[in-house]
Amino acid sequence: MAATPPYIIWFRDLGPEARSLVGGKNLSLGEMTQAGLRVPAGFALTTRAYEHFLERAGLRRAIRASVASVDPRDPAALEHASLEVRGIIEGASLPEEVEGALRGAYAVLAAETRDPAPPVAVRSSATGEDGAEASFAGQQETYLWVRGPEALVRHTVRCWSSLYTAQAISYRARMGFALDAISMSVGIQRMVDARVAGVMFTLNPLNGDRSKTVIEASWGLGLSVVGGEVTPDEYWVDKVTLEVTKRTISPKDFQYVRDPVAGVARTAVPPHLRDVACLTDEEVIELARLGGAIEGRYGSPRDIEWAIDGRLPFPDRVLMLQSRPETVWANRRAEPLVRPRADPIEYVMDALLSRQRPGPG
Amino acid sequence: MTQVKAPAPRFPSPFEVATPPGCEGWQDMYPYYYVFSEDRRAFEDGKLWFHDGMHHPEPLYPFDTITCESWWVGLGQYNSRVFIVPPALGIDQRVLNGYLFISANAITDPEVVGKRVDFFKRRAGYYYEHWNELYAKWEQKATETIRELQGITVPDLPEMEDEAVVTEGRGVTSAYHVIAAYDRCIENMYKMWQLHFEFLNLGYAAYLTFHGFCKQAFPDIADQTVAKMVSGVDVMLFRPDDELKRLARLALDLGVTDAFADGRTPEQVLAQLARSEPGKQWVADLDKTKDPWFYFSYGAGFYHHHRSWIDNAALPFSSLRSYILRLQRGEDIARPTAKVQAERDRIIAEYSALLKTDEDRKAFGDMLNLARTVFPFVENHNFYVEHWHHTIFWNKMREFAGLLARNGFFGDAEDMFYLHRREVYDALYDLVASWAVGTPARGPKYWPPIVAKRKAIITKLYDWQPPPALGPTPEVITEPFTIMLWGITTERVKDWLAPRGPAGESKELRGFAASPGVAEGTARVILSVDQLAMVQEGEILVCPITAPSWVPIFAKIKGAVSDIGGIMCHAAIVSREYGLPAVVGTGFATKTIKTGQRVRVDGNTGVVTILE
Repeated sequence: MAATPPYIIWFRDLGPEARSLVGGKNLSLGEMTQAGLRVPAGFALTTRAYEHFLERAGLRRAIRASVASVDPRDPAALEHASLEVRGIIEGASLPEEVEGALRGAYAVLAAETRDPAPPVAVRSSATGEDGAEASFAGQQETYLWVRGPEALVRHTVRCWSSLYTAQAISYRARMGFALDAISMSVGIQRMVDARVAGVMFTLNPLNGDRSKTVIEASWGLGLSVVGGEVTPDEYWVDKVTLEVTKRTISPKDFQYVRDPVAGVARTAVPPHLRDVACLTDEEVIELARLGGAIEGRYGSPRDIEWAIDGRLPFPDRVLMLQSRPETVWANRRAEPLVRPRADPIEYVMDALLSRQRPGPG
Repeated sequence: MTQVKAPAPRFPSPFEVATPPGCEGWQDMYPYYYVFSEDRRAFEDGKLWFHDGMHHPEPLYPFDTITCESWWVGLGQYNSRVFIVPPALGIDQRVLNGYLFISANAITDPEVVGKRVDFFKRRAGYYYEHWNELYAKWEQKATETIRELQGITVPDLPEMEDEAVVTEGRGVTSAYHVIAAYDRCIENMYKMWQLHFEFLNLGYAAYLTFHGFCKQAFPDIADQTVAKMVSGVDVMLFRPDDELKRLARLALDLGVTDAFADGRTPEQVLAQLARSEPGKQWVADLDKTKDPWFYFSYGAGFYHHHRSWIDNAALPFSSLRSYILRLQRGEDIARPTAKVQAERDRIIAEYSALLKTDEDRKAFGDMLNLARTVFPFVENHNFYVEHWHHTIFWNKMREFAGLLARNGFFGDAEDMFYLHRREVYDALYDLVASWAVGTPARGPKYWPPIVAKRKAIITKLYDWQPPPALGPTPEVITEPFTIMLWGITTERVKDWLAPRGPAGESKELRGFAASPGVAEGTARVILSVDQLAMVQEGEILVCPITAPSWVPIFAKIKGAVSDIGGIMCHAAIVSREYGLPAVVGTGFATKTIKTGQRVRVDGNTGVVTILE
């Protein structure tokens, strides 16, 4: 396409060719949306918007000036540079056409959700050289429960400025990445009111068995599970038969929930919910089904974040949030389990005789 | 044996298990070779014996040892003398306090095992290679054996022999025919059990090979899923129920459904049908269907009191009525065979795709093919032997019992089953001799007090709980048939030994997840077939073992739990087909759960929980 890239691309329109415009995280949401999986509606504000913003506000030179001479081993200097750059970015105003596009898309989301100010999550989605993008993965900013166009604009700019945290500047300097090696897209996605959330592996992470999906779940937002702060409930599902083969229910002491002031708050789980399964079998099976569909699309096991939106009916409430390739087992070489035999009776012989050997334990 | 380690946990020695009060002399009911004895003590005390509650959950009536004595020889010989299975000889048997205990004879010396390998490869290989052709021959042999049994007439002893004995110069009389007929029936039973094992061990070995591979590739795969990949759609055990569905449809087509009004006995239904032409047509079809499909035992067929549909049609008729009602409501009652088949193919394809190497995919395919080749025998042999044949056998035996009872040997013909089969032979000889000579037989005086004593003993033995096992525990269970046929694994034996509170205290039981799904309901503990009528709508059936002919009961209940059963037991197969959550092989369910308690059956995980 020769046309100028847009500022906004909806998840439902995102194709792989847009990777450099929207970043890996947004792209994966786009792929899941187009695969017909249930993903909260949203759109990406592209890198072009960010770059246009830098151009219009004439920020490039100022940023370079602040960052170029910093010694990456000097924490105080890094901190100072970061504060300076982030101040410059957050103090600048958005070009009219970018702000218009952002507000316009938010208005569409408002119409779709029949809520004049739908709460959204605002996330950075970095793009750039592979290494640069990967290194940035752990430092992405996420703002939850953002409501109304003004707050949206403000948090978008904060996302952009998060490219210049002290850590990020230091890392890029040490790795020798050019200042422009990385750009920033922002994902704006309808907020899920997570009654329950967690992660799901589409294989058994303990032994690499690909016929199993394991789901970890706890009350509230997924933060508690992702961060390993609670022992989550565990549900094992056979991918082929979609039967729940094992469940381990653990005491879940606290949860992260929406907070009108802080956005998110850590609260105690009410006693009557603490020791009960946080997912129904129906939800477990629907999760596993969606997990299987995602794996099917990528052709390899995935690590998936999901949530159950308590406001919605089943199955609409079962939502996919993120998906990444599973890397531990994917990179291991698989050895055949049995010695190949020409005559099937040899397998029977092997089986009869193998019982002679004491098994482990 | 030079060093004594810390004493390994062991089950009670067979020599230290006390005789229940009032059961003294129980040994006299069984042959000398069938009880633990001082002269073989050193050998018998050194082995692990476990109670075969899977096939013989009840105390053995002296006559009914014919089934276990038959498989004792049948199973063993095919391993030890025919196919030369490298690591296994037969399964030994003993009776203790009326209950059957069995012990596997594994071969552990690698040199001996090695010497057997080539024989096994050649001989078993021949059977695997020619399986379909040999199985077709087997079906013919089995059917002929059954027809032969059906053709045996049990004569009466007339006041005077028929004149034809003279005019035709027959040379032999009713005395000879009584003895010969009895001999032929007993021989026929032995033969049927030889046939029973002609394919069974090899069939299970092939199935378990595939099962083991699936467990290796997909460690948490459910046993029922492996079974699903191998199972046939056209299985004889489902046929009786399918025939009832067909007859229900026929009743609708002929317009004779009025006869099946609620509350009527089968006799009343048949009486009304006999009054109209279409009704007669239906009855004619039923009569044709009955042989063989009503030779379907309410039990496992192992005991003389396991009667069949042909003896008591109450269950099939109540099933007919419910099928007619469902058809009238416009429901589709046919088994969704096309769907079952498509689902099976999908599961196979998906698991195969999940394997990580092409070598594994080839092995999976080869093992699956072999398992599916052998499976029709594994699935169908029960119908031929335990259902069709044994129904006829027990009823033939009832004819001899009637002859003896008519001649004053017993007050009630059923008393004959308190005699061992060789004691029955003696009684018959006593009878024909007295008939021939014209003097009174001793039997009418001799047997009634013995029967009375044995009745009292058997009744008391029903209340005795056999321990799950006897003797020392081996470090590991290696004998493949123990694992395959009875589901006795090293873990299971450990579980039996685990300290547990007094019966009734344990809140959770573990067994094999036999059929998926979760159900909660009121427990109904059923210890023998004649208690079946007590089962109420929506209850959870708790029983020592179930039989496929309980299917109409399965339509009433929400879930099933059994004490005994492996991955291929009848209850598991039927529960899966009918989509009923089931946990089998829990070991202690009938002792732990009480009728009326609320229980939860989790057929996905194999856990049964007592909720209150």
